[in-house]
Amino acid sequence: MKTRRIDNYGKINRDKILSFRWDKKNYKGFEGDTLASALLANNIGIVGRSFKYHRPRGIFSSGVEESGALVTIGSKDRRDPNVRATTQELYNGLEASGQNAFPNVNFDLAGINNYLGRFFAAGFYYKTFMGIPPLEWGKGTAIWMFFEKFIRKAAGMGSASGLPDPDTYEHAHDFCDLIVVGSGPAGVAAAIEAAEKKLDVILVEQDSLIGGNQLAENDFDNSQIKNQLENLGIKIMTRTTAFGLYDNCVVGLLERVTDHISAPNVNIPRQRFWTIRAKHIIVGAGAIERHIAFNNNDIPGVMTVNASKHYLNRYGVLTGKRIVIATNNDSVYETAHQLSEAGANVTVLDSRTNFEIETNKSFEIRKGYVPYNINGSKKIDSLDISKSETINKSETIDCDQVLLSGGWSPAVHLLSHRGVKPKWDYNNACFLPSDTKENITMVGSSRGLWNKNDCIASGIAGTTDALNRLGISKTNYFFPKPGGWKNPIQPLYEVKYKKSRSKSFVDYQHDVTTDDVRLAHREGFISVEHLKRYTTLGMANDQGKMGNIIGLSLMAELLNKEIPEVGTTVFRPPYTPVSIGALSGRNVGKHFRPLRVTPMHQWNIDHGAKMIEVGLYQRPWYYPKENETLSDSYIREASTVRKTVGICDVTSLGKIAIQGPGSTEFLNRIYSNGFSKLQVGKARYGIMLRDDGIVMDDGTSWRLAENEYFMTTSTGEAAKVMSWLEELLQTRWTDLNVNVTSVSEQWAGVSIAGPKSREVLNNCVDDSLVITNNKLPFMGVTSTFLKGNIPCRIARISFSGELAFEVYVKSDFANTMMDLLWENAKKYDGCLYGLEALGALRVEKGHVTAAELDGRVTIDDAGLSKMASTKKSYIGSAMRKRGVLKNNDREILVGFFPTNLKETFNAGTIVCEKNNIKGQGIGRITSVTYSPELGHWIGIGFVKGGLDKWKDTTLVGADPVRNKQMNLKVVSPHMIDPKGERMYA
Amino acid sequence: MTKFNAWNVIKNGLNGQSYWTRQWRDPEPKSSYDVVIIGGGLHGLATAYYLAKNHNIKNVAVLEKGWIGGGNAGRNTTIVRSNYMMPGNHEFYEHSLKLWENLSHELNYNVMFSQRAHVSLFHSPGAKDSVSRIYNIMRLHGTDAELWDLKTLKKKIPHLNYHNSRFPILGAAVQKRAGNARHDAVAWGYARAADTLGVDILQNCEVTGFTRKNGNIESIQTSRGIIKGKKIGFAVAGNTSVLWQMAELGNLPIESHKLQAFVSEAVKPLLDQVVVYGVGGAHFYISQSDKGSMVFGGDLDWYKSYAQRGNLPMVQDVAEAAMAIFPSLGRIRLLRHWAGVMDMTMDGSFFICKTPISNLYLNAGWNYGGFKASPASGWYFADLIANESPHNYVQNHNLERFEKGINIDERGAGPDPKLHG
Amino acid sequence: MIRINCPYCGERDHNEFSYGGDATINYPSLDASEKEWTEAIFFRKNIKGFQFETWHHSNGCRMWLVVERSTVTHEIKSVKPCHPDLQKVVKNNK
Repeated sequence: MKTRRIDNYGKINRDKILSFRWDKKNYKGFEGDTLASALLANNIGIVGRSFKYHRPRGIFSSGVEESGALVTIGSKDRRDPNVRATTQELYNGLEASGQNAFPNVNFDLAGINNYLGRFFAAGFYYKTFMGIPPLEWGKGTAIWMFFEKFIRKAAGMGSASGLPDPDTYEHAHDFCDLIVVGSGPAGVAAAIEAAEKKLDVILVEQDSLIGGNQLAENDFDNSQIKNQLENLGIKIMTRTTAFGLYDNCVVGLLERVTDHISAPNVNIPRQRFWTIRAKHIIVGAGAIERHIAFNNNDIPGVMTVNASKHYLNRYGVLTGKRIVIATNNDSVYETAHQLSEAGANVTVLDSRTNFEIETNKSFEIRKGYVPYNINGSKKIDSLDISKSETINKSETIDCDQVLLSGGWSPAVHLLSHRGVKPKWDYNNACFLPSDTKENITMVGSSRGLWNKNDCIASGIAGTTDALNRLGISKTNYFFPKPGGWKNPIQPLYEVKYKKSRSKSFVDYQHDVTTDDVRLAHREGFISVEHLKRYTTLGMANDQGKMGNIIGLSLMAELLNKEIPEVGTTVFRPPYTPVSIGALSGRNVGKHFRPLRVTPMHQWNIDHGAKMIEVGLYQRPWYYPKENETLSDSYIREASTVRKTVGICDVTSLGKIAIQGPGSTEFLNRIYSNGFSKLQVGKARYGIMLRDDGIVMDDGTSWRLAENEYFMTTSTGEAAKVMSWLEELLQTRWTDLNVNVTSVSEQWAGVSIAGPKSREVLNNCVDDSLVITNNKLPFMGVTSTFLKGNIPCRIARISFSGELAFEVYVKSDFANTMMDLLWENAKKYDGCLYGLEALGALRVEKGHVTAAELDGRVTIDDAGLSKMASTKKSYIGSAMRKRGVLKNNDREILVGFFPTNLKETFNAGTIVCEKNNIKGQGIGRITSVTYSPELGHWIGIGFVKGGLDKWKDTTLVGADPVRNKQMNLKVVSPHMIDPKGERMYA
Repeated sequence: MTKFNAWNVIKNGLNGQSYWTRQWRDPEPKSSYDVVIIGGGLHGLATAYYLAKNHNIKNVAVLEKGWIGGGNAGRNTTIVRSNYMMPGNHEFYEHSLKLWENLSHELNYNVMFSQRAHVSLFHSPGAKDSVSRIYNIMRLHGTDAELWDLKTLKKKIPHLNYHNSRFPILGAAVQKRAGNARHDAVAWGYARAADTLGVDILQNCEVTGFTRKNGNIESIQTSRGIIKGKKIGFAVAGNTSVLWQMAELGNLPIESHKLQAFVSEAVKPLLDQVVVYGVGGAHFYISQSDKGSMVFGGDLDWYKSYAQRGNLPMVQDVAEAAMAIFPSLGRIRLLRHWAGVMDMTMDGSFFICKTPISNLYLNAGWNYGGFKASPASGWYFADLIANESPHNYVQNHNLERFEKGINIDERGAGPDPKLHG
Repeated sequence: MIRINCPYCGERDHNEFSYGGDATINYPSLDASEKEWTEAIFFRKNIKGFQFETWHHSNGCRMWLVVERSTVTHEIKSVKPCHPDLQKVVKNNK
């Protein structure tokens, strides 16, 4: 196969030969190539297949607007589908293949779709596949789902590996005065001007080289520019795309760190997602050349004019030998020159009849001609042309390439992200950026300037605008007028094919044709948003960068309106697709969320704890001895607590220091029960309601001194309660002198529970006299020392119903405390116990936790009416009995036994009356456990009307999702030691 | 109107698609209607359709300020399910699901409802118990619901992160009849069907004010002239408060928040179900469209907003949540992200109710679950407007429920709208 | 990204903060009627445009702030502490 590479052209490094594979065959390219340029150099014409009709697709462009050359790169878990060959840099060993084709892109069985295309017009799937064809008989979704399987298989482009992505990604952050997007003449001028005015500047370029479209010029050398920028201290970021503009001049960047390297260091992230906080943004993102719709305008060999210039001057590839250029504007003539100088036979069809252009006559210009139809299927055989005045085939030109330029569309995308609608410019047949109040300035060809000098001037003006807006200067400036061609552009979007069933493509990847646009119009989908959604125009990987304007203009023509009346769709971020891996950065796998551990985490594990996730915490779940199951273990642990003593890490509880003269009043307002009479040295269990009178959280508060309390909250609600207290103090009760401080991390806590707990503690405290029943009665609090002079706080608080203490030390002493307590507990055959045993013990006592307090439960529902003070007002007191909340048929906390004591049940079981097992039931079981004390399963939960109503009735527990159903007996939730004699012991 | 079926698709295929005509008319506004529905989204269009279909009220207009289906109808992640448990909610959403099951036939428009199963992962024994409560209630209502253990889950969805997940995947609660649909098709299908029954769909018809007479709204000022309606319904998710205040009705139990949605490049089939999960403060849902794009989303942007564009922190958050369970998504690229404005309510449940103005009816407060609700929402809103009293299922879905202490808060999150995602 | 100029910490990303709600709500006294509380807790102006709202600098100084912000453009006009005494302190330090 002959190469299309020609000598003496291009900026590639011909000394460095790179080998790569395309569809399982070996090829060679050079350093500096893109995959597209290397494929073109190797004369590979077909690189993909289109979405719907599976038509052969070649390379249409040389940049991010590519909608034909989407290929799959890499293999196994590094397989990347849908990569634009035009922006993929070549590296040694690169493996690429065509996609959406079987067996390959050259011969694709699904190419049959092309011949059935007449039936696959836009929206055809809305009209069929509902039922049995042809008249859509039937009901339901089964028939659709039968067809859907095949449709799904046919759809999609490349296929993903389905394997975990082995690469790493990184998040990075930066700040600057000015970020300039695009390193074309305008962007560079803006950056230099700004740096000279002492602004801190970041210059972002999506390409591997700076220069923008100048890289398509044969005499362009960017090294001087690069030096100048660097000397000015400008941070240059190449291979970096500004993919989105967000509020307050925040820019999202994607830096491709290793995508161009053959065997990257695995310690380097593949890509980096930058969040840049700038004070001003200058966008010089360039403009994108449009194609023209005419029959078979998608045959491989069709390309934009500017792309062929890139391939010639940047990559040394002459993309055709007998080239026809079709245009409606002046921008193509320099390229026509250069292509013919490089050895191609060039003919220019210019739709305009009346214009002057200087040429050296090395190529033919056919004024007043437009392309009409391409002959060929996998490659171009010839082009039928037509006079532009009356459209019909007039003659046929033998050619192997057709280059198109239907005008240029400024890249206004980034501004569109900010909700700024572009305005149509008739003179230049394009959308231009509108002004915005935000600190964003558009420069260069992205504001419709076609001359380099104008672009440079606009860059400098853009920086002046930035300086003015930042309040640094007050200098007058003006932007050059849009345009810059000698002859005006003549709008040309479609050359209508006379025969029926044309294949004139508007959107190459999604196979949207001009006929589809006409059909959408016929069916009433005339707004741009409807057009887009009905035809999928502009919804492919390129997001309509090339084809959108053509679609709009066709709709405008059909509606007899002007393009501005039709409007344009809003471009959404990202500008070019961004990998989900980059967006998530390093927060993957185990690092998805931070792990919270208590200071005795390792101690617990070392002592055999199996851990369980509780919110972000890991807490000890159970401490199995050899061969013990969870169930064996927790039953043993709970029994041990009831018999002798157990130790449990309760550090994850929220802990809040409340200080200041208003503290007592504060607690009195936030808790439903009274705190005004709590003595120093005593703790009290308290319940907090929300504003709406529903229970929010429970916990204890310890009065350490006249104006100082130590509050504990539940693990799950700790952060919420803290914010809530701060909100109340800072917004509602600003007269209260109270300070709240989270001390959750500062204190390590254990519960030591069981009849022997005092004896264990006696051996652990410096002065055992401080914990006698007299000195430290139930709910007593003391600050004292553990042996070894370790300051601690001890409260006699019980969650298990046993004699129990909570001991807190500063976090640093956690392990020392655990060693000390455990050493002594062992002497009494004590145990370490985890959450499962803790749960068993509290269910036996009927204590509620988050499983019961689900955000819909009132204090009365929870059986805690006596905790609701009637002597004071507090948060929620006004609302807790509103409306139906005071009804007595509400679901009230009760205990449950299975009627057959050998049976088990689950939390989440619905409680029903025996003859009415359906609907909402009359209650639910919220927590269950095996009760070592009672020797059978028990539960707590809620039932309508409570214990009194049902104590003599057998109810049914329905648990259909776990295939269980059992008879239930309703009992008091306080199943063990209801009088609390053990706690007071 | 040409019937949609394979026969006509083939016929038109042979005739250059020339027989197809407008899917709905573009009528001039009449001066008055029996019912005027404000809002040409899914709920408004469905309401108009059921007014005509179920109640034979055909002199109906739907007023849309832009283009039908241009709001949240076209901005959502298209999930359809009925795994609700609160009284009224469950029955309502289950009826909606039943309507979905035959919607393509009902409307003669393929809305592509794919009952591919909604798989809600759980990550702890406690979470399994809480979800069992909901799924048990579903079963006790005769709705399909089941639990998948880890083995089943691994077989059905092999490439979830079963190996090094921060929060282990233990199993899933599954509704097999649930799935996803083609959102735009639903709007167009209802529009075409309503139009066929005589409903006027008035696009580019923005409401600018109301004229009151004897306590009622007598006429509506619009960008296309004054339109009278004997009865008027609001169905303008996201902007309900704006219209409510235009009618001088004061405050509503609603805050507008924005929710982002995300779509990736199209790839060949990778995921056959709708997968959702919530753990560690994250919330995430994903499915694959028939076109091949991964369609996904997460939480609200966490601050009140009427802007239809999102910010970066939530983009990052959602990407992390995606990778947490779906580590192969790392190399899949995000193609587009955008935001819709949600009516977030004080208890996460909706309003289909009467208002202080006797000829005005309210349909609002869909939080971020409005898509699946569309058929039933239209059904029961039409029922309310026609019969002037709410159906049992929606008897508590009114503005008085807060004062009355009636709790239909699925999450138990309390009166903070942003917590009801 | 909304950038919020915390009077104590300086300008920071909005995800350091937690959105609270409508800052103009006057919460009634604790013993006020159900009706007053219902209005305060459940009903909102839900302004489209500039509104006063609370934010908590939850991953910063933990100050509750009143922010005047557009709910359409997200533009912020002013930021100050909710607590009047903190307002004074911040002012004096400037």
